[in-house]
Amino acid sequence: MQAPTTKENRPHGWLGIHRGHRARPLEWCAEKFIFLVSLSAIAVVLLIFVFVAREALPVFFGQTNTALIQPVIPPGQLDKLSPAQIQEYLALTPKQFAAMDKETLRTLMDVKVEAANEVPAQFRDDPDAKRNTTEWNLMVQPHQWHGYAKPEYIWQPVGEIKKFNLVPLLIGTLKVTLIGLLFAVPLAVGAAIYVSQLARPRVREVIKPVIEMLSGIPSVVVGFFALLAMATFLQNLCGYQTRLNAFVAGLALGFAVIPVVFSIAEDALTSVPRAYTQAALALGASRWQTAWQIVLPAALPGVFAATVLGFGRAIGETMIVLMVCSASVVSWNVFDSARSITTTIAAEMAEAVSGGPHYRILFMLGALLFAATFVSNMVGEYVIHRFKHKLEGKR
Amino acid sequence: MKNIIQKLSVALFTVGIAAPAIAGSITVKGSDTLVILAQKWAEVYMGAHADVKIQVTGGGTGTGFAALQNQTTDLCDASRKAKAAEIANCIKAFNKRPTEYKVALDGLSVYVSADNPLKELTVAQVGDIFTGRLTNWKQVGGADAPITLYSRENSSGTYEFFKENVLKGADFAASAQTMPGTAAILQAVAKDKNGIGYGGAAYGAGAKHLGIKRDDSSPAIDPTEENVIAGKYPIWRYLFIYVNPALDKGEVAAYLNWIRSDDGQKVVKDVGYFPLPKNLRE
Repeated sequence: MQAPTTKENRPHGWLGIHRGHRARPLEWCAEKFIFLVSLSAIAVVLLIFVFVAREALPVFFGQTNTALIQPVIPPGQLDKLSPAQIQEYLALTPKQFAAMDKETLRTLMDVKVEAANEVPAQFRDDPDAKRNTTEWNLMVQPHQWHGYAKPEYIWQPVGEIKKFNLVPLLIGTLKVTLIGLLFAVPLAVGAAIYVSQLARPRVREVIKPVIEMLSGIPSVVVGFFALLAMATFLQNLCGYQTRLNAFVAGLALGFAVIPVVFSIAEDALTSVPRAYTQAALALGASRWQTAWQIVLPAALPGVFAATVLGFGRAIGETMIVLMVCSASVVSWNVFDSARSITTTIAAEMAEAVSGGPHYRILFMLGALLFAATFVSNMVGEYVIHRFKHKLEGKR
Repeated sequence: MKNIIQKLSVALFTVGIAAPAIAGSITVKGSDTLVILAQKWAEVYMGAHADVKIQVTGGGTGTGFAALQNQTTDLCDASRKAKAAEIANCIKAFNKRPTEYKVALDGLSVYVSADNPLKELTVAQVGDIFTGRLTNWKQVGGADAPITLYSRENSSGTYEFFKENVLKGADFAASAQTMPGTAAILQAVAKDKNGIGYGGAAYGAGAKHLGIKRDDSSPAIDPTEENVIAGKYPIWRYLFIYVNPALDKGEVAAYLNWIRSDDGQKVVKDVGYFPLPKNLRE
């Protein structure tokens, strides 16, 4: 009989091949293949981030220009311009420039003039028409736009003067996410306490899978349900003005968040050692006291992690919010509409001119969102890890 | 074995060259407004010409232009004129301006709930309502109730057309709810007695549309076929198809001619848009 392979006595050969493997080459191949697949997952995450960040970089460096009125050179002066000047004026790469003949260049210069003539008369004297609206101070601070009574935060990325203020989107995202969490976390944690501590085994066997099944409902279906049924019902119930608002979106978002928070919180509560419960019960505490005062505090880091992961799920959810509310208002009132970052990207990316300022700003929003969910997931996972180790008495 | 490899390589070869423009295959991409019409055109045309395959996808006017400049589509449907920047991109890609064809007329209806007693508005009033200068129905002669605005996503050609021509370039009110399609606007307006929305005439069935007055002194006009074609209805637009001039020959040219013929324009009517008057068919 062979001694069991342990860390100490396992022979290491070239690329980890050892005797056992030599006898089973298929297993070795499968193992390496799975390793490669998991490596590729990491590579894909990195690649996505690099791609998103690369598309967004010109915004960070202020290399985009959206000024409506730009200097025009008459096409007749083509011969007087140096190649470098032409390339800069027509925004051509050297390769494109080399491939073009005089005729094409002249047509491009004609188009520039046409673009200038396309500007409607009412914008010719507008002081905002000469401004590059992708400057950072215009994207985060209120600005006194022509035609408005007071300085305002405005997201209107399509039109003659494009306004890219990010504040309405940030407020909209946070508003919907917070409503969703405020609705979902108490319900999910309560359900988790009940299922893990108080429910009889027969009841638990039914409730647990049913709540977890909620996560199997496609979010577009939840959005559809909220748009058609919930919105009308809640408006009749609460009597507010705007039928489709952040409140409806938040509640619908709750359905997506509940299963995430529930299953992690339930996990955390269940992994509190049995000895805690038994000790409390032996000292005369009721089952409710045990659950509320002993088990929940012990599992608190896990419940916190569940909330953080729920936040990551909520802030990244697209379809539900997209279907229910999408007006970019600056208002913390929950019964007003809201426009989240995900909605903005999903709804506007299709039409944004590839490589243009609008396109780049959408990518920047994507990078922001990626960073937010990445950090919240990291924090959540880290806390869970620490918590498990603590309960198991490891360091 | 050899046989299988041969078959495989033939299959791969076909896939490889099937991408854009081979004889007998036409790809169409662009405006969501036009997509119903483009599909119907393709269906009818393919019924009569069994050797031609036409693939139609939507995505929006801007998506169509992006595809045209990347040469991944033969025809680009557009619910607005090409912008100078898009023309410049096309010239950079294939050294020529894309050719523009007007293919149909569309009247934009302004919808309100069936419970709304209001019957007509002027263009300026519609503009003021959507920019947020007018916020109560009684300001335009309706009941004393706040107005809820329903608009399209800013990726839509309809949104841009409405902004340029009805709002005169001003911004939509921030409180305007953007809906993911004309059908969604109709749905929302039907459920909201204070709501107002806009959209293509093809979707008009089932909603109450307002008569539109050019100015205070002119009569209210309904978006009917004769009114739109005669230019009486004030909110109307052309629908376009753009094509790379190098591809405008053979099957593609025949298809474009057919679209602008009587047969093609009959389909326009069936779908709910308005056919081009004869003098505009170029």
